[in-house]
Parts: sequence; structure tokens; C-alpha cells
Amino acid sequence: MRKILVLVEHSGGVVDDSAYELAAAARNLGEAGGDVSVGGVVLGNDVTDLAAGLGAWFENVYVFDSPRLQVPDGVAGAELLAGLIEQEQPFATLIPHTNTGMDLAPALAVRAGSPLFADCIALETTPDGLSGVRTRYGGKVHARISATGDGGFMATMRPGSFDTGEAPGSDGALHTMEVPGDLAPQRRFVETVAPEPGAVDISQAEVLVAVGRGIDEEEHLEIIRSLADVMGADIACTRPVVDKGWLSKSYQIGTSGVSVKPKVYIAIGISGSYQHIGGIKGAPYIAAINKDPAAPIFGVADVGIVGDLFDIVPLLEQQIREVKGVG
Amino acid sequence: MDIIVCVKRVPDVAEAEVDIDSSGRGIQLGTLGYVINEWDNFAVEAAVSLVEEHGGKVTAITVGGEDDEDVLRRALAMGADEALCLTDPAFDGSDSFGIANILSKAIADIPYDLVLTGAVSGDVGGGRVGPMLAAMAGIPHVCLATELSVDAGTARVRHEVEGGLERVVELDLPALVTVQTGMNEPRYVSVLGIRKARRKPLTAAGAAEIGIAPDSVGPAGTRVTVEEMFLPPKGEAAEILQGDDEDTVAALVERLRQQGGV
Repeated sequence: MRKILVLVEHSGGVVDDSAYELAAAARNLGEAGGDVSVGGVVLGNDVTDLAAGLGAWFENVYVFDSPRLQVPDGVAGAELLAGLIEQEQPFATLIPHTNTGMDLAPALAVRAGSPLFADCIALETTPDGLSGVRTRYGGKVHARISATGDGGFMATMRPGSFDTGEAPGSDGALHTMEVPGDLAPQRRFVETVAPEPGAVDISQAEVLVAVGRGIDEEEHLEIIRSLADVMGADIACTRPVVDKGWLSKSYQIGTSGVSVKPKVYIAIGISGSYQHIGGIKGAPYIAAINKDPAAPIFGVADVGIVGDLFDIVPLLEQQIREVKGVG
Repeated sequence: MDIIVCVKRVPDVAEAEVDIDSSGRGIQLGTLGYVINEWDNFAVEAAVSLVEEHGGKVTAITVGGEDDEDVLRRALAMGADEALCLTDPAFDGSDSFGIANILSKAIADIPYDLVLTGAVSGDVGGGRVGPMLAAMAGIPHVCLATELSVDAGTARVRHEVEGGLERVVELDLPALVTVQTGMNEPRYVSVLGIRKARRKPLTAAGAAEIGIAPDSVGPAGTRVTVEEMFLPPKGEAAEILQGDDEDTVAALVERLRQQGGV
């Protein structure tokens, strides 16, 4: 029976949803009609209870529990996983394509000598190996990628791209793994830093007017603020706006910023990278305004206008004023 | 304090319609302009400003052909001291593992305290080359850095982790750090500056010079193959409102009203 390993991400004692998504994706990687045995791997400090709770999802749970693993360290994690891969000889090892996963997977692929599929949005077995789909060029193109061989594949999987489904109800065995005494993380932890809080908490906003790279100049933010004011909405932005220093990080929606769950979301001059979309939770009504008809944002929006935001936004504000009967 | 910064030239697709080429495995590059990979631009700025502060030398490296020397000239104009173009027909078609392998052989002959790369690239975007290079070179790495300082053989790095948080860590040099956008404000590069930078040394090296077996890179050394590229399925794409601006905006306002946004 084919073995698949899944790296379980967790923080603050809570298992990340990606673990269940990858566990479900792993079950589709059997040989034609064949069963698979899915193993979950947990790295961390004081995580044995957390690992023990994963038995319904995995046939085996391997836990490396040590104070030395308190702070994730891709190099140390790669060393431990490489040992487990050597021992278990899995067909594939699946790792979430998160900041933490991206830190570990390439180092592991070098150590284990594995082909590494990065940032997969689909993954399936082929008669002679493994095949996946990923995005390229900022999401404007999809690529089908493949590798051949009997096993030892590795893939990082984009969170949110695989259905979780139901727990298969396995009665997984917990394996307490030894953390070698000479495993010395190369990073010295200094501190964890949260972004400075903004004037508003956009994570609770019901209507968001978000702006991206297309705004071009800091002073142009005024038309966005003005539109948001008349709508009674909050403003938000994507990473390039924060990179320029035009808005603080607390306004940034995305996997490296704030997660939001509005009812209505207006994306203005935003291309729609998956890192940005990953910060939009729930199922908001999404309207997109962008001059590039090929912008990936139109693939996730409900409604779109292809046009110049500097024409559309003032007109939108004016028409909303008329509808609301305000000056 | 000697720093190696790895850079890459990428097609600028930000506002371009992208089409698949006749091979079915790439995109049509014909009308696209080229730019330095956005993340690499921040990495070059970080390298140059660290050397301005501490002294030392910045070496910019790319893997590619003659056209890719543009990004090296740009790095030299920003303040890099030397540039190295790793160029060989055998390198064409290398995957991330191959590129990291080429770079690891090249940097083995160059003294360095720090290697900087962009966190990802705008074209492929897997974020693999940096940490693979570190693993091959046997040095520690940290990904997605948003702040970087160096003091007496130690790098202090603030980097992005999960949930919008950042973590500050220290690591002993030599080390590799991948740079996230926004770490700094990359300095402006003028045409004149690039012309002046032509006086700085830019050398080329091939497989023989860096001591890598030609059959370990390029298609022969590729571990993951691109079978095909295709445009994303349009199945659930947005309803694109049609008409002049007055019409499309009126239709949008109506939909926003129905959804409770107005």
C-alpha cells in the first residue's frame, strides 16, 4: 500500500485547516483503485496532545515533540523529515505552501533528493509518477507539471485549493519520534512581532473598498477614501500599497496580512494574487475594477468592470451619492 | 562584509494579456518587456546598503544569456561592485533545482558572508531557488525577510510567518536570506547610471568554469517537467459589465445595492 506523508501545520495549539486539506488530497494519490496509508507529521513543542487528536484523519501520526522545536526552523524541520522519509519511503510528502512550508520544503527536497512540485492547486498520480497543476505569471497562466519515478516525490500545496471532505475515521497510531540530541536549530529566536493596530479593525468590516497597485500614486488614495466614505465602508489594500508605505500593514488583506470576512468587497486596481485572495474568507460579493481584462481578480469576482479606475471610481462615487440622495 | 545577490530578468506581465506559445509549454514573449524580478530589486538594494554601512563588496549573479546581462548592469548601477553571468547552452531549460545547483557551484569559488535572493520570482513563483541554494551550500537560511541587519558575524532578520505575524531571529554568517518586497526603497536607476556602470567588471562563466557536469543541469538534470501551459478555466469568472462607463457603473451600483453594499 502506498504511503503518503503530510506535514501538519499548527499554531497556538490549533491545527491549521491545510492539514485536513492535504490529508484529503493525499487519499487521491493511490495507484489506480489502490488504497493509501496517510501519515501526519507534527513538529513542535508540547504538541503530543494535538498530534493524538489527529487519529481520525491519518492512519499514522508521527510527532516530534521537543522544546528545541518551539520556533519553526525550516532547516531543522527538513532534517527530521528527511529521516522519517528515509524510514517510511513514502510515495509522496505533502507540505502546505505557507510561509512556514516554503521555508522547509526546498531544504528538504535537497536533503532527500526529491523532485519538488511547488504551490500545487491540483495533484494526481500518473501511471509513471505524479502530475500537478500550478499557476505561473501571477496567476495568468496555469502549468501542468510532472515527474516520473516510483516514489519519493514532494509537493507544496496551496491552502484552500483542496476540499477537506469528511475525516475518514481512521484509528491512527501515534508514533513518538526521537529528536536527535545534536539537532541544533540554526536560528536564535528573538521575538514574534504583530503589526501595529490600525485605526480600524478591517477584519470585522462588512463592506470593504480595497485598492492595489493600480492606484499608482499615494495622493490618488483620496478617491478611494472618498468612495469608501460615501458607502460607509472601510478601506483596505494589497501588499504593494503597504510596500510603498502609503497605508500601514494593518490595512493589508492577504495571507501575510489581515484575514477579512466582509459581505461586500470592491477590489480596485487589484490584480488578484492568491496571497491576497487567501485573506478573503467567507463568501463575500466581490466586485472588481481593473483595466487589465486578464487580471486574475476577474476569475474570483462576481462582477467586474474592465476600465480605468481613475474614470470609474469618481463616477461610481457620484452615482452612489445620487442613489443615496446625498450631495 | 561580502554579499552575493542573485537576480533574474523576468517578462513584465503585470498589465499584459498573456498567450500560450506554439510549443504549448511557455508563453508568447514577443511583445512583452523585461524587468528585474521585483523581489530581486529589493534584494539588490539590501545588499548595496549593507555594504555601504559595513564596507565590503557586492557581487550580483544571474543565470541566463546575453540579454539577461541587463539585470546585472542594473545591479551594478545600483551599487554592486562586480557581476557574474552564468551562461552556457547546457543551462537552458533548467528547473529550480538546476538553477540552485548552478548557483551553488558558482558561489563555492567566491568568498561571501551573506547571500541574498528574492523571496520568489514573478514568472515561476515557487520560492524554491533561495532555500535550495542554501541547503546545497550548507549554510542556514531564512525566507521572506522584511528587515535585515548585520552585526559582527550575525544577521538579524525579521521575516513573515503565519497569521500576519512576523518573527525576529538571529543566525550566524555565512547565511542566505530571501527578501520580501517592501524591505526597503530600491534606489532609482537612471540610463546614465547604467551607462556608467559599464566600467564595472561583468564576467561570464559556463559549465566548465564553475565545474558543473553539463548533464546534471538543463533538461537532463530537470526533476520536474512542464508538460503544458494553459489559460485558467473561465468557468466561474466574473460577469463583465458591458457598455460605456455610465452604463457599467450604473449596473454596478444596482448590484451593490442588491448585495447590501450601498
